[in-house]
Amino acid sequence: MAEDPPLIRLRGVTRVYGHGANEVRALDGIDLDIARGEFVAIMGPSGSGKSTALNVLGCLDRPTSGHYLFDGVEIAGLTQDQRALLRRHYLGFIFQGYNLLPRTSALDNVELPLIYKGLPRDERIARSLQALEMVGLKGRERHDPSELSGGQQQRVAIARALAGDPRVILADEPTGNLDTRRSVEIMDLLCRIRAERELTIVMVTHEDDMAAYADRVIWMVDGRISSDKRTGKAA
Amino acid sequence: MVWETARLAIRAIFRNALRSFLTVLGIVIGVASVITMVTVGQGSSAQVTADVARLGTNILMVRPGRTAMGPPSNISGGAQPRSFTLRDVDRLIDAVPQIATAAPVSSGSTTVVAGGENHRTQITATDARYLEASDWPLALGRNFADAEARAGAAVCILGETVRQQIFGDADPVGQSLRLESLSCEVIGVLTARGASSFGSDQDDVLLMPIRTFQRRIVGNTDVGTIYVRVADGVATEDATTEITYLLRDLRRIGPAEEDDFSVLDMKQLASMLTQITGVLTGLLAAVAAVSLLVGGIGIMNIMLVSVTERTREIGIRLAVGAQSRQVLLQFLVEAVVLSLLGGILGSVVGLALAAVAAHFMAIPFTPDPVVVVMAFAFSALVGVLFGYFPARRAARLDPIEALRRE
Repeated sequence: MAEDPPLIRLRGVTRVYGHGANEVRALDGIDLDIARGEFVAIMGPSGSGKSTALNVLGCLDRPTSGHYLFDGVEIAGLTQDQRALLRRHYLGFIFQGYNLLPRTSALDNVELPLIYKGLPRDERIARSLQALEMVGLKGRERHDPSELSGGQQQRVAIARALAGDPRVILADEPTGNLDTRRSVEIMDLLCRIRAERELTIVMVTHEDDMAAYADRVIWMVDGRISSDKRTGKAA
Repeated sequence: MVWETARLAIRAIFRNALRSFLTVLGIVIGVASVITMVTVGQGSSAQVTADVARLGTNILMVRPGRTAMGPPSNISGGAQPRSFTLRDVDRLIDAVPQIATAAPVSSGSTTVVAGGENHRTQITATDARYLEASDWPLALGRNFADAEARAGAAVCILGETVRQQIFGDADPVGQSLRLESLSCEVIGVLTARGASSFGSDQDDVLLMPIRTFQRRIVGNTDVGTIYVRVADGVATEDATTEITYLLRDLRRIGPAEEDDFSVLDMKQLASMLTQITGVLTGLLAAVAAVSLLVGGIGIMNIMLVSVTERTREIGIRLAVGAQSRQVLLQFLVEAVVLSLLGGILGSVVGLALAAVAAHFMAIPFTPDPVVVVMAFAFSALVGVLFGYFPARRAARLDPIEALRRE
């Protein structure tokens, strides 16, 4: 092939919950290519399967059928542990509900993926501090999530996602719990980081304002992709 | 990685200080109560066994009245049962060949006064044969002389407690003390025996010649009890039969009448005591088992209540790249550390409580490693069971499932 294979390639991916009459086809045959460095927003009404798509992309969930190639590697055949390794080394997550460990300092939360990467303690702390500084939380390293505002908690989550030095950031409604001003701050932060680290970002959102930050917007309806448009931003 | 996992586990323990504390507390209560109760139970049994051995299984106590146990009955029997006399004792020794020796015993209580100290104690009024009949050697001084016993001389032999209370560690032989209006010379001190199985202090006693007691203190010629020591190699049952025949004859009891005295075999008493303590130990063990169970349920509750939160935690760890066995190892280490901590603390607390109880109950402190190990093992099992298995279920889920769990 003349072209590099895309970083992410989905072919005929389905995700079915339940059996028989209760069967729900959350993903109903998705074909999707995402290139390195793209910022893709996935939009759609509730129940359209956009979160399921993100979870499958993030190896948090397994497709029922179809092919998922990550950097040319077939994911469907991997074991649970191999998928954990993929998450560990290539993927970073940002959730709507932050998903920080309670009663655990910002620093320790950010350090978590680095522990599983097997880095020595000094390096873990240095990188965690650096990540926290990058998201503007210098001086808050010792705070528990309960002592931080929603926006600050999401920044900790972003720092955690960045600390592992991933190739792809998967964000599920990262601004869903935040007011407009905080949302804009978070989106600006994501864009800045993306530029610095040449990250690929896949973000699920239902807000047009947030989707406008992406250079490609995918619409989903009933588990299928109904439109796939480049925004004017893409060069 | 093992060291990292241990660090993660320790961190998680401190992060959830309250939950960890409650878990440890549950284990401590369970382990401590089992160890305390079983140790105290075994101590009591050991005490009874020792008492029984000391009691001698070849001693009979002959008492007026029909009751086999307790004080000679003069309430239930209606009429006052006839007491024995000193002549009955001599006749028993002469006529029953199975008897090695016998001694009359009457009891009363009095206040002993000497050198500004006073102490209330029991009088055992007897004669020179008592020490042999009850197998109780002297620590100091001498036994009653036959002449003193016959004449009702004002002499006495002290139990260790009385000696301590009145004379301290000084040698009391040759000193005199007052029993109400009677002045009495100390001629000997008994060896210390400690507490009896019923908890009374056997050393809180003063021996005096029975004639002295009869004449100078109670003013009658009654003998309360006859202590009989059966000759070696003779069955106590045979001696009991002979004594019963002879006493029925002496007391002119008709063939249709019931005995107005009783012969108490220490062997029976011994087996009864052993039975009672056996039942008590069983009871204590049952109570202890219940507390262990309650401790276990406590641990279970805490673990189950925290399953939702822990499931989310597992989801987060899996999402950032932990493999399920890493998460499980952490949870296992956590459960083991908490169980060990609880087990060690519980053992220490349990043994300490048992030691204190043994001290106050005056029973031997006999810690049993088997009990400690079993209590320990059970609590560890509960801790690991309820700490580890819910985690195992969670760690096998896809991360998104674990994260969604509410």
